[in-house]
Amino acid sequence: MNLSKILKNTFLIILLSMVVSACATKKTATIDSQIQGDVYTGTDTVEYLAKGVPDRVFFATNESILTTMSRDTLRKQAAWLRDNPSVNVVLEGHADERGTREYNLALGERRANAAKDYLMTYGVAADRISVISYGKERPVDSGSNPLSWSKNRRSVTVKAN
Amino acid sequence: MKKFKLILNTILILFISITKSFSLVEVDITRGNLNPLPIAVSPLFQDNKSNKFFEKELEIEDIGSEISKVIENNLKQSGLFNPLSKDAFLQKPDIAHLKPRFEDWILIKSQALITGKVSAVNEKLKVEFRLWDVLAGREMLALAFTTVPSNWRRVGHIITDKVYERLTGEKGYFDTRIIYVSEEGPKTQRIKKLAIMDQDGFNTKYLTLGNELVLTPRFNPTNQMVTYLSYFRNLPRVYLLDIETGIQEVVGDFPGMTFAPRFSPDGKKIIMSFAKDGNSDIYTMDIENRIVEKITNHPSIDTSPSYSPDGKFITFNSDRSGYQQIYVMKSDGSNVKRISFGKGLYGTPVWSPRGDLIAFTKLHKGKFYIGVMRVDGKGERLLTENYYQEAPSWAPNGRVLIFYRETKSNDKGEGFSAKLWSIDLTGYNERMVVTETDASDPSWSSLLSN
Repeated sequence: MNLSKILKNTFLIILLSMVVSACATKKTATIDSQIQGDVYTGTDTVEYLAKGVPDRVFFATNESILTTMSRDTLRKQAAWLRDNPSVNVVLEGHADERGTREYNLALGERRANAAKDYLMTYGVAADRISVISYGKERPVDSGSNPLSWSKNRRSVTVKAN
Repeated sequence: MKKFKLILNTILILFISITKSFSLVEVDITRGNLNPLPIAVSPLFQDNKSNKFFEKELEIEDIGSEISKVIENNLKQSGLFNPLSKDAFLQKPDIAHLKPRFEDWILIKSQALITGKVSAVNEKLKVEFRLWDVLAGREMLALAFTTVPSNWRRVGHIITDKVYERLTGEKGYFDTRIIYVSEEGPKTQRIKKLAIMDQDGFNTKYLTLGNELVLTPRFNPTNQMVTYLSYFRNLPRVYLLDIETGIQEVVGDFPGMTFAPRFSPDGKKIIMSFAKDGNSDIYTMDIENRIVEKITNHPSIDTSPSYSPDGKFITFNSDRSGYQQIYVMKSDGSNVKRISFGKGLYGTPVWSPRGDLIAFTKLHKGKFYIGVMRVDGKGERLLTENYYQEAPSWAPNGRVLIFYRETKSNDKGEGFSAKLWSIDLTGYNERMVVTETDASDPSWSSLLSN
């Protein structure tokens, strides 16, 4: 192999790795802005019960702990529900596709109840809230990647009447 | 629904003769079989009169040949046998059935031979068959069945069971059915129906219409009842379905979700999870008197219960240690012991019908495994690794597992599929079980005839 060929190859590799790293940086940046500590923080799939009242909260893998952002969302929901006493809600708990079906049904139920408990703490009567778990049966995002999964690990507050 | 009413009792098994003899051909099924036994399945012979009758009755041209294909396919799928090409057969079916010329069959390297005869007797289907040890030059088994003509595939399965049992020393699993969830449509709006088919994928019937979500059907080991989870009226509850009459009824009507149902080995109870206020515990319900018992009482998730075949123990899935692990307890809920201690998460434990092993799903480093361990948790053996697979169910002889596998989809959700697969306990003979639609949550029935 002569020198010029080696140089050429090296140059190509450098160029290639620059392209690759550029892509990687860009992608991580977009995901980072939407996932924090394994919890989805974006707004892609979020709908609203009323102006400024998001309908859903998100969870980390295998977890049912409410994040600061989730608690903020649920306080807004509770305030709105207190102002609209005729509205009842169903909390729909969901899991991502990376778990066994039966465990995910239980996990979805646990997540929806975590949200229910918080709403009750902020003055929404228990008899206005019902809970249903869909496990991994009703994803909102059908991709098989960490971002899609994070959108699917959720509890959604839906008007029941 | 009446269509698949079992015509079990119309099957008359006429015992002709079983020649018990020494040192005949046999198959070892305890290890992975890399040299399947060469076997010749001669088309079953039929006379012209019978041929015409069945052609009219079933719209099948050569029923004897079709039954032999059922047998051949079963033997091939088992991985233990290598059915030889019929093109090489030298002897005519009718003559072979009377007395094979063993030299002809040795010549094509066959070690065992199945011959038979089909005839129409009083508008019924009569099938005789014989199993021959080619090298020893002896008859090993001879039986005859009479049944309604529409049952012809089952005759093929029963013959396979008899041959399998004679050559391996263990009960077969061919005259069985699989109940599963048929899946269609995009991932976000999947339509799911209960479906049932013969073990070899034929005679598929849909038991629900797809109007409500249905999951995890399981057979009663003693009869043809099924328990499953239905979201009928958006209330996830455990149901009981009689597949002979089509009658469905809710059995887990508790004030919350009931799920993960299974029958007790005597078929008299349903064991299931009941989730309320964020906590899932395990309960049993007596089907007859509806008495409910609470079996576990723990603030963690307790689910996926499965009885030992003697009914004395229950294995289940719990995250009481922080993550999903497998536990065993006495059937009254006492003496709870964790048995899974390997790396990763463990779910869906199912007790083998032989009693010695528990099959499970394991999740470790983003991969899913189907494996088995002894009931004390020792001797973990992983049979297959994939992107996603879970929910093993045992064949009634405890030698084969069926489970479902999902593929990864791209960001748009394309490329997704769910299929049934089976694998031998040895880790060999992994095969896709062909279904009309995508499929998940398979459950294997016990033998329909014994």
